[in-house]
Amino acid sequence: MEQQEKFEYILRLGDNSLILGQRLGEWCGHGPALEEDIALTNISLDLIGQARSFLDYAGKVEGNGRDEDQLAFFRDVRQYRNVILLEQPNGHFGDTIARQFLYDHYSFLLYSELMKSADEQLVAIAAKSIKEVTYHRRHSSEWMIRLGDGTEESKVKIQESLNYLWNYSGEMLTPDSLDKKALAAGIGVDLEKIAKHWHANVADVLAQATLDLPESGWMHSGGKKGVHSEHLGFLLAEMQHIPRSYPDAKW
Amino acid sequence: MNTALTTDQIMQILTEVKDPEIPVLNVVDMGIVRGVEWKGELLEVTITPTYSGCPAMDVISTNIKTILHKHFGDNVKVLSTLFPPWTTDWLTDDAREKLRAYGIAPPEKGNSDKSLLFAEPKAIACPTCGAQETTKVSEFGSTSCKAHYKCKVCLEPFDYFKCI
Repeated sequence: MEQQEKFEYILRLGDNSLILGQRLGEWCGHGPALEEDIALTNISLDLIGQARSFLDYAGKVEGNGRDEDQLAFFRDVRQYRNVILLEQPNGHFGDTIARQFLYDHYSFLLYSELMKSADEQLVAIAAKSIKEVTYHRRHSSEWMIRLGDGTEESKVKIQESLNYLWNYSGEMLTPDSLDKKALAAGIGVDLEKIAKHWHANVADVLAQATLDLPESGWMHSGGKKGVHSEHLGFLLAEMQHIPRSYPDAKW
Repeated sequence: MNTALTTDQIMQILTEVKDPEIPVLNVVDMGIVRGVEWKGELLEVTITPTYSGCPAMDVISTNIKTILHKHFGDNVKVLSTLFPPWTTDWLTDDAREKLRAYGIAPPEKGNSDKSLLFAEPKAIACPTCGAQETTKVSEFGSTSCKAHYKCKVCLEPFDYFKCI
């Protein structure tokens, strides 16, 4: 595997954490209850911390002197490598929880597998992150059950959120050529194996939540290659505007 | 310049550096300092974050440099490592007692099944009145490392230092 390809692979990991972390940060001061406001922003903080570790490492692998901040703040939409699911707007609380639920079950399995990588630094980041993701996954799964097996209204709403976002879940679970190269090189994870466990685990929670498992059909994709939905540009504009307006600003 | 100090003595000096968010604990109690090593005339101190996004890391790093500057001037480097990942099992018994006295319930020791999807933690004793009848309000609290609980007996809300 070329260094440039390895760089791309690590960018995908870092960008997923960063973009979802930024989205969750939008809940700050807007949570439906104080505890949830704190929970969503705590999770955001974990994700941004994970993103820092990945992007710092990606910069070193690339070897062009870019650090975590340059990678986060000075790339445009087409240079971002996160899956499209994670840039989707927060919507209402149920939309945010459904998006989180789909991703948390993926990232828990991702880090379990990444801990077996041949790359020491990826092992270190995965071993650190999985402890945090364990709490995230419990939080979003508990909410799926509470909302699904809740009131008539909450059940309808969370089922709608789930059905809508389901078509975005395929991208993170489907290996493309770069994923396959990373796996063959012993660095990356086996997404087909992860997908199998993911489907079983997600179906188990949805059964407890008395929710219907959506039908898997056509799936959105493109983010991993830099082809995003219309939402990412707005997110980046907000996230990047200070460092772009004042490029050398220091705290 | 004072290269005569042993690493044990330096660890002792580092107990003066407190965790900015939990000032009753120092960075050695917390298990944040992973190593102190002389590289020739350069002293390398290795620290590890409790959580990936822990905002206290920069402050801790600066405070370590400030305290060691008195002894060793600029010959101090603070490095950060992620592996092995920090765990609450590294909190010393002394640290657990200090937490309790400060009003934060200390983490359970050696909680074996941290990775379960739905794991009910054992009863967490209220740090104020000692009652076992407490209830979890949220697994996310005032900082990354704490969960939010409430005592059913004295009705006080409290922080629980959660296991990772």
